Amino acid sequence: MAKKKDMDLMESGAKVKIGVSDMIIRGIGYVLVTFYALACVFPFLIIVGTSFTSESVIRAEGVQLIPKEATLQAYNMVIRGGLIWKSYGLTITLTLCGTLLGLGIIAMTGYALQRKDFPLRNGISFYIYFTSLFSAGLAPYYLLMTQTYHLKDSYLAVFLPLLMSPWLIILMKNFVKAIPHEITESGKIDGAGDMKIFVDLILPMLKPALATIGLFLALGYWNEWYQSSLFLSSRVAVKPLQYQLYKVVNEAQSLKNSIAGQFVTQTDIPTESLKMATAILATGPIVFLYPFVQKYFIGGITVGAVKG
Amino acid sequence: MGKDKSSVVPAPTQRKKRGVLETLWRYRVLELMCLPAVVFFFLFSYMPMPGIWVAFVDYRYDKGIFHSPFVGLKNFEFLATSGKLFELTKNTVLYNLAFIILGNFLAIFVAILLNEMRSKWFKKVSQTMMFLPYFISQVLVGILVYNLLNYDYGFVNSVLTKLGMEKWGPYSDPSVWPVLLVVIHLWQQTGYNSVVYFAAIMGIDSEIIEAARVDGANGFQKIRYIILPGLRPTLVILLLFAMGGIVRGNFGLFYNVIGTNSLLFPTTDIIETYVYRAAVSDFNFARASSVGLYQSIIGFIMVMLSNFVVKKIEPDYSLF
Repeated sequence: MAKKKDMDLMESGAKVKIGVSDMIIRGIGYVLVTFYALACVFPFLIIVGTSFTSESVIRAEGVQLIPKEATLQAYNMVIRGGLIWKSYGLTITLTLCGTLLGLGIIAMTGYALQRKDFPLRNGISFYIYFTSLFSAGLAPYYLLMTQTYHLKDSYLAVFLPLLMSPWLIILMKNFVKAIPHEITESGKIDGAGDMKIFVDLILPMLKPALATIGLFLALGYWNEWYQSSLFLSSRVAVKPLQYQLYKVVNEAQSLKNSIAGQFVTQTDIPTESLKMATAILATGPIVFLYPFVQKYFIGGITVGAVKG
Repeated sequence: MGKDKSSVVPAPTQRKKRGVLETLWRYRVLELMCLPAVVFFFLFSYMPMPGIWVAFVDYRYDKGIFHSPFVGLKNFEFLATSGKLFELTKNTVLYNLAFIILGNFLAIFVAILLNEMRSKWFKKVSQTMMFLPYFISQVLVGILVYNLLNYDYGFVNSVLTKLGMEKWGPYSDPSVWPVLLVVIHLWQQTGYNSVVYFAAIMGIDSEIIEAARVDGANGFQKIRYIILPGLRPTLVILLLFAMGGIVRGNFGLFYNVIGTNSLLFPTTDIIETYVYRAAVSDFNFARASSVGLYQSIIGFIMVMLSNFVVKKIEPDYSLF
């Protein structure tokens, strides 16, 4: 918006000329930004190229940006292997359930902790915030999850820890802060309970916050591989998408399993193009979606970045 | 105490007499709203804390954390005398310093350049492209890097071969990774980080910029004397907060790019990767926990220090 004002000023103020230095900066800017933006996308294009390249070409000449002999063989194998669809199903389920549940809890907590009349707000805020200052570390966490909670090989070990984080709750608090306290007051005067005030009056005003935080949660679930690598052993056949990708790329056996069935006896599995085809399938939805949701992230960064 | 504003419903005279239980009951709905989060952090953040004890025992799987023989600081002794702790700390801190300093520098640079662009279309498209690396999983980052750099058929080598040049094998050369990892980190984070600075530039009063222009300031002077000083508070705050996390490594990046390639460990092993291997691959929970505890304590001190400094400089931004 400030940008727009800037432009108007430039157009209206005819006396202001664009100087040589502006031209230089702008010229350098266009060149460097173009270069950097292309560098951000380039590695993806190579992966796309590789996924369509036949294995013999890869072995002889290395990976290609534009495949010499384009083939759909790798995609055919992954798609017919079927395991990737199960991973999709699992990841989509985790993402939807986790985002909705996490969002609900974060919104409630954020609202309650921002209520100026709530006597426990500072105590609970600190209780939550402290966990980001000091943590027990990986080993005690791992032992607790596996030996006390018995969550080894359970999807709950992936689902639960990603539900919320101190940072997301603080982000929500910052969004709630922008809502005038008078809204809560007016609800009270009308005799509404706290829950009713929250659901009927506050939640509708939190739509941008819900979009932003929901997207952070969804991205966390979609890209999850860490908890899976800790807690899901090979006994769990269907793994979340990114961890499945990790397995396929790093373990020959997993690569074979991912295309099991009609291809088991083949020794000439197109290893590299298969890995890349899996990578494309696992990442595709994000790449198509993110240009549309990008603005919510930008909103989130500017609200939550500096002020904790 | 501070609840006078909101108590519209009960008569003000009754307020003083309310006991603790009565207050708790009165705010039961708000308490219930916080309950799931309170339980969550109890289960996943506070419950592991007693387990820190494992750092002080000779951990036996069959006996559990609290019945294994107590060995005092023996686990730490080994780590300190072998030089491992120092090496891990050095790697972690140096990488983070490079990430923080170069990362902020690049983010500011990109934000300023984007701000100078007049074509809205260009700005939008380039920003979207720069954002792409932020949205992908660290697993994919590892794959992208491998696909570019591996010796046998990586993209770089297929280009080098075509040009008749010798192949390059970074996966067997530890000395190149400090540079490579910094580049990869910047590649993934800069689009995201520049947004904060971009927003800060937007926040600079455009009348000041206009006034400077009328006074004859050229483009370089505008950046030097208006925009850069305008970004300074943001930079200082972000740097200080980053200092709080100086001993916390970017595990996902290192684990996915370097993985189990022990040839590269001398220059790429950070605290997180060491702890992960000790716990998950070697089941050496005592050692993993000692390093983890050491990291948590240093990390805690660093956050407190950085917050203390922020409070001195810019009280509005301090965390607590």
